[in-house]
Amino acid sequence: MLKIDNLHVRVAGKEILKGLSLEAKAGEVHAIMGPNGAGKSTLGNVLAGREGYEVTAGSVTYNGQDLLALEPEERAAAGVFLAFQYPVEIPGVNNTYFLRAALNAQRKQRGEAELDSMQFLKLVREKLAVLHLKDELLHRAVNEGFSGGEKKRNEIFQLALLEPKLAILDETDSGLDIDALKMVADGVNAMRDPARAFLVITHYQRLLDYIVPDFVHVLADGRIVESGDKTLAHKLEEHGYAWIAGRKLAGAA
Amino acid sequence: MATESFQIENDVRERAPVPAGNTAVEAALNRRYEAGFVTDIESESLPPGLDEDVVREISARKGEPEWMTQWRLQAYHHWLTMAPPHWAKLAIAPIDFQAISYFSRPKNQPKSLDEVDPKLLETYDKLGVPLHERAKLAGVAVDAVFDSVSVGTTFRKELAEKGIVFCSMSEAIREHPELVRQYLGSVVPVGDNYFAALNSAVFSDGSFVFIPKGVRCPMELSTYFRINAGHTGQFERTLIIAEAGASVSYLEGCTAPMRDENQLHAAVVELVALDDASIKYSTVQNWYPGDENGVGGIYNFVTKRGDCRGARSKISWTQVETGSAITWKYPSCVLRGDDSSGEFYSVALTHHRQQADTGTKMIHIGRNTKSKIVSKGISAGRGQNTYRGLVKVEKGADGARNHTQCDSLLIGKQCGAHTFPYIEVKHPGAIVEHEATTSKISEDQLFYCRSRGIGEEDAVSMIVDGFCKQVFKELPMEFAVEAKKLLEVSLEGAVG
Repeated sequence: MLKIDNLHVRVAGKEILKGLSLEAKAGEVHAIMGPNGAGKSTLGNVLAGREGYEVTAGSVTYNGQDLLALEPEERAAAGVFLAFQYPVEIPGVNNTYFLRAALNAQRKQRGEAELDSMQFLKLVREKLAVLHLKDELLHRAVNEGFSGGEKKRNEIFQLALLEPKLAILDETDSGLDIDALKMVADGVNAMRDPARAFLVITHYQRLLDYIVPDFVHVLADGRIVESGDKTLAHKLEEHGYAWIAGRKLAGAA
Repeated sequence: MATESFQIENDVRERAPVPAGNTAVEAALNRRYEAGFVTDIESESLPPGLDEDVVREISARKGEPEWMTQWRLQAYHHWLTMAPPHWAKLAIAPIDFQAISYFSRPKNQPKSLDEVDPKLLETYDKLGVPLHERAKLAGVAVDAVFDSVSVGTTFRKELAEKGIVFCSMSEAIREHPELVRQYLGSVVPVGDNYFAALNSAVFSDGSFVFIPKGVRCPMELSTYFRINAGHTGQFERTLIIAEAGASVSYLEGCTAPMRDENQLHAAVVELVALDDASIKYSTVQNWYPGDENGVGGIYNFVTKRGDCRGARSKISWTQVETGSAITWKYPSCVLRGDDSSGEFYSVALTHHRQQADTGTKMIHIGRNTKSKIVSKGISAGRGQNTYRGLVKVEKGADGARNHTQCDSLLIGKQCGAHTFPYIEVKHPGAIVEHEATTSKISEDQLFYCRSRGIGEEDAVSMIVDGFCKQVFKELPMEFAVEAKKLLEVSLEGAVG
């Protein structure tokens, strides 16, 4: 589904990703771990198409398409979803209205019929039930005055509603207490599907106790330096990122 | 009496180079009309120019009584002694008032709605103002002013049964002279300001509404103004009176065809609310704004004022201003009655080379008077948007309260937003609050929307719509929908 090959990315003149390669198949959950400044958020932003990220080399192929050639909204319609680390507030825009506009814009782009209010509300209720969420957030403006936990829950709700094929979670666990973390993880687990791939970007291992990944990759200094199964995350937790740096040095020597 | 002027303004005076084409008001006499959407109707116009004879002629053609003619002449002589105001933050080419025709009306004067020229009705249809069936379905009574003359008022009979008068100003002068004499100019006196004086001298038509004691008007009343003929100014005059315990909601919409000349629109609106009366006045103004280089467009100089004359009376202004090359407008409330309240909700958008200097005045005179101001300014392109507001609390205004919220949204890098809040408080116990914000549509907001599948233009519309929500919710439903669409159209090409 996703093939990232030797990706180099500059941000404000500084090279952040330096030859990152990664492959993910439908149905797989990949965790991307790494220290601060390794380029984790850059990876998420580049995949979603944020401006200001200059790809200097490498390629990203998504379902056979050149993902980097698409506008952000085209990527969304093609099934790419980024759950933001810091979701923005859009004052005055009703959350339900926003979601319906987003879903219908994607459906339109894909040549599918748009949903009317009744069909949409039915879908909303279904998803709320699956995620065990209440609808209180839906009546408010998009993220306006939401707590950190509410913002992240809202991201997961959008994920559930938009049903992407490739979901990228950018440090969705940051700033969450344990209850909120579990709630978010339950939501993600409910969305796991043979047709859907996840990239779970995180700094800490604790999220992976709840969202158990198929693969764990360590991102350091703009590259994937180590890949393994879920036990890799535990090793990291035990030894810290310095352990990876040490192994890298040993390897280089 | 509050007059349409603000003090301490010299510091905001500014003269920018005049965009090419603005001198067109002077020299446009022989110019070919831009296609756009001009209705081909024979009209009868006075030649351009203004003097005492023109004022008399307007009055004569309208068959007005002598007292009305004298009233106009008094205004005209007052106007001659005045100079155009310069304190607004607007760059305007000098206007040649002798190049404007002060009167234009469709040639075949209709006697009833059924006799109205079908082409005229078609125009209103195009504008979405159906005079006949659709109006009935919508339950809105419409008085449509085309150029200078009111062309028909729907629902007249239904309203008359409740004692409500809703007719053109010309008819009111003929049929309800005692009401007109009592109230006309009682809120905006003839010499109030330069444009109000001009309007008082030459106004041609407008709407008149009278809601008798204790009556709640059962439907929204609405006027549609349209400037059609070239080189004409439109000077409508509206007067709304709500007697004790009466209430009414009034809507006004405005359009004009595209022309490469600047046309003058100088209206006066007076509202009078007696004890326990309430008046809600909503405007969607979409006069032709000129093209992206600032050629053409309406010069909109409007004096709107409401007088909360009675105790516990209430006046609420809501305006959505997306059109006009120049907007100069400060709908105000004089809170004379004890416990009276005034509200002002405004969305003003300037795109391309549009300039708006708009806001409100809340004059607290009575005790326990309250006012609320919510102003949302949106600037895009090279648009310049100024909020100018005055909150004045007089000595006797025990317990006066005001809350002002004034937000500006910038789209792009070449536009401007300016805020001039004037506060004059003469009572030590008054509570006056002012909040102001200026923000840009952020890259983060746009990216967030786009990453969810919403295209850039739709995302901008959505963010702007959210920004204006507090004002839109004050508009009647069908107007809110129209206002939202107008903003979308007006912002086309604002990003990317």
